[in-house]
Amino acid sequence: MNLIFRNKKITGLLTVLPKNEIKFEDEMDNYNFSVAQSLKLKKIMGYGSHRIVESGVTISDLCIYGLNYLFDQKLLKKEDIDAIVLVTQSPDYILPPTSNVIQGKLGLKKDMICLDINQGCAGYEIGLFQSFMLLDQPDINKVVLLNADVLSQKVSKRDRSNNPLIGDAASVTILEKSEKDQTIYANVKMDGSSFDTVIIPAGGFKTPSTSSTAEMKEDAEGNFRSLDQLCANGDKIFNFVQREVPPMVESLLEKAGITKGDVDYFMFHQPNKFTLTKLADKLQIPHEKVPSNILEFFGNSNGVSVPTSISFNLGDRLTKESLLICLAGFGVGLTWASLILRMEHLTFTEIIYF
Amino acid sequence: MKQKIIDILNEIRPEFDFSKETDFIEQGMLDSFDIVSLVSSLDEEFGISIDGLDILPENFSSIESIFALLKKNGAKIV
Repeated sequence: MNLIFRNKKITGLLTVLPKNEIKFEDEMDNYNFSVAQSLKLKKIMGYGSHRIVESGVTISDLCIYGLNYLFDQKLLKKEDIDAIVLVTQSPDYILPPTSNVIQGKLGLKKDMICLDINQGCAGYEIGLFQSFMLLDQPDINKVVLLNADVLSQKVSKRDRSNNPLIGDAASVTILEKSEKDQTIYANVKMDGSSFDTVIIPAGGFKTPSTSSTAEMKEDAEGNFRSLDQLCANGDKIFNFVQREVPPMVESLLEKAGITKGDVDYFMFHQPNKFTLTKLADKLQIPHEKVPSNILEFFGNSNGVSVPTSISFNLGDRLTKESLLICLAGFGVGLTWASLILRMEHLTFTEIIYF
Repeated sequence: MKQKIIDILNEIRPEFDFSKETDFIEQGMLDSFDIVSLVSSLDEEFGISIDGLDILPENFSSIESIFALLKKNGAKIV
C-alpha cells in the first residue's frame, strides 16, 4: 500500500539508552559455539556490546526520563503536546495503555490523545505514519512519537540466535506541521499468515504463562528457551528480508520519482550486519550509505534501532544540514514499511543514557 | 575451485570430512550460522557477493551445489 503525507516534518529526535552495557565476549560461554566460531560470527554479524536495562526498568521509565530531559533543557513544552503515539511490544501492563501511564506520570494536559501501537521491527515507520495522520487534525499541532522496547527481559541468555543481538532503547521523536510543500512518500505491507516467524508464544490470553510455559527446552540448533521467551526464526526472517525489502525500496523510489543516488542515507532497521550488507549489495547501494553499526554498539532494539541509528550516525548533522533519508523497517508481524523524507535543521538530535 | 571450497568448509567445521559426505545439511554438518560464515568466506575468497535470495540450505548441501552457486553469482572459474 502506498501512502503520501504532506506538510509534515520531524523537528527533534532523542534516543535514550540504558547505561548497562554487556559485551559479546562476556556471554560467549552461554552458547555452544567454539571460541573461533564465536569470534568469526562476531565479525560477520556485527556483535559487540548490547545495552540492557537493569531488572525492573520499564519502557515508561525510559520514556519519562527522556521527556523530562527535554522539558528540563527547554527543548519541549508540556502544554504543546497534543498527542502521544507509543510504539512498543513490551508495555508496562496489558492494560491500560502505557501512553496513558506516561501522560499521567508527567502531568500532561487531558485535552490530548494517547495511543499505543503494537508493532516491532517496522514500528518506527508505522508510528511515523500514525503521527502524520494525527497532524492532519486542525487541533493537533505537535505529536510526540515514542518508540520503546525492553525485550531483553524476554530473551533467554542461552539463546545464541537472539541473545547476542538484543538491545533495549527508547526514542522520542517530535513531529509538527510544516509550511514547506514537501511530500513524504511511504509504503507498507503486512503478512499475518507468517505471524509466528517472530513470536513470544506464551503470556497473552491465547496461552497464559504457567509453570509449564516457563520450562526451558532445547531446539534443533542448540538454543535453550521457554515459551515465555522470544523465539525468532532467523532463516525465515533473513529470506523474507532479502525477498521483500529490495522491491519495496525500489518501488518507493520510483513512486517518489528519485534515484538511489539522490538519497543521502538509507537508515534501515538493524537486525545484524550480515543481513544489512546483503541488502545493500542487492540494492546496489554503497555500504557507507547504509549504516549497519547499531548492533555492534548498542544491540537490536526492535523498531527503535532506526531512530538510534539516525541519532548515532547522523547526530548533529541533522541540526545543521538537510538530508534526504530513506527509512525502512521489517520483521515482526510480518510487517515491512518504508518512507522517504527530508530531515533538516532539527532542533535537537541527541543520545542520553538512563 | 572445488578444493578451495573444501578448504573453507574444513576451516569452519574441522571435525567433518567434506570431501566424502554428500549432503552436508541432511548430515547435520552445517547449521544456519555455519552457512553465514561460509557465505562470508566465499564472498571474500572469490570477490563476489552471493545474492541474499540464494542463501538457502539446499544451495550449500554439497560441493557441487556450492560450486554451482558460485558460478551463478559470478565467481571466476579457475
